[in-house]
Amino acid sequence: MNKSRQIEIWVGLFMAIGFVALFFLAMQVSNLGTAYTGDTFRVTARFDNIGGLKVKARVTIAGVEVGQVTEIHYDPDDFRAVVEMGLQSQYLNRIPDDSFAKILTAGLLGEQYVGLDPGGSEDTLADGSEISVTQSALVLEEVVGQFIFGKGQEGKQ
Amino acid sequence: MIELFAQLGGWGMQALTRLGRAHLLLLPLLRGGLDILRRPRLLVDQLFSVGVLTILIIAVAGLFVGMVLGLQGYYILSRFGGETALGLMVAASLVRELGPVLTALLFAGRAGSALTAEIGLMKATEQLSGLEMMAVNPQYRILAPRFFAGIVSVPLLAALFSMLGVMGGWMVGGGMLGVDKAAFWNGMQGGIDFHEDIVNGVIKSVVFGVVCTWIAIFQGYDCVPTSEGVSRATTRTVVHSSLAVLGLDFVLTAMMFS
Repeated sequence: MNKSRQIEIWVGLFMAIGFVALFFLAMQVSNLGTAYTGDTFRVTARFDNIGGLKVKARVTIAGVEVGQVTEIHYDPDDFRAVVEMGLQSQYLNRIPDDSFAKILTAGLLGEQYVGLDPGGSEDTLADGSEISVTQSALVLEEVVGQFIFGKGQEGKQ
Repeated sequence: MIELFAQLGGWGMQALTRLGRAHLLLLPLLRGGLDILRRPRLLVDQLFSVGVLTILIIAVAGLFVGMVLGLQGYYILSRFGGETALGLMVAASLVRELGPVLTALLFAGRAGSALTAEIGLMKATEQLSGLEMMAVNPQYRILAPRFFAGIVSVPLLAALFSMLGVMGGWMVGGGMLGVDKAAFWNGMQGGIDFHEDIVNGVIKSVVFGVVCTWIAIFQGYDCVPTSEGVSRATTRTVVHSSLAVLGLDFVLTAMMFS
């Protein structure tokens, strides 16, 4: 095997390794390999306080990811936050419409996500429907404030 | 006193004219890209000496940097009970910063200095003038293939660095310290966005590839054609490339991740 052929083989190998590494980064390290790219349907929910919820946060039922938060905005008419979620279309007409939407935190310091607790209704969530029962995010300062206030009340009695 | 200002002014003018010459060189380098389409062989040879020979140091460095990140990250995160975020920490710091930056620094030391020395010596031994005598443009024939080989190599090397770093982090975190496998990889996949992190990291490494190779080639082509001149040019390549990479990294990070 002559020298120039060897060089060609090495360079080919180098390019192959480089592209395998890029592919590994894309599929194994980033969300590209796990991201749901199929059809979704839109569901909204109104929260008094969304805490640190962000767009692209997970939406889960029983801990399993069923969708993503697609948009968050503030509704100045009823002073609440409107969270739009895109749920995977395989769950269309499979989630009861009296389901309970909560903003939860993964671990003590983890990111916030939306958890859906299925209700008992016969009717189901369709595209564009709204979840009416919601629970806001737990904001630490408010909890501490309530605790201190409660202690103060106890002291007066 | 006046002498001091004159010196300062002379130094500034020199730096500016050098910067100007470097930019003037950029045009023939890009124009030489067309010649490479006609003779891809030139590029393949340079990819070997610039890219393939740099694989070893990149691979070893990437593996060890990842292992150290895994170890240090574990010690700190476990204080807060956050070992599950280890995968995300290792992957994010590698893909966003350490992969492109350390690859570029190692590339400047390993391949950039070699490019400068090679081109500088060609100039000192009048091989470049010889090519011109034969009506071959040395900028197209010698410089351009090296330039493009550098631009192609650095992103691939950076990807290799990041991949091996993640694996090193996993070896230490998952293998030695017993971090949960699913938490490690899921946390990573949940936190790393393809467009935000991976693509931006690749863009960074392309920019670093252009800058490092450009500096190396310019320093070689512009050096004083003596043995002392070549040695000074080689030193300047490493120093200037490293400073440019570190400075540009801040600017790019501020632009990309703000």
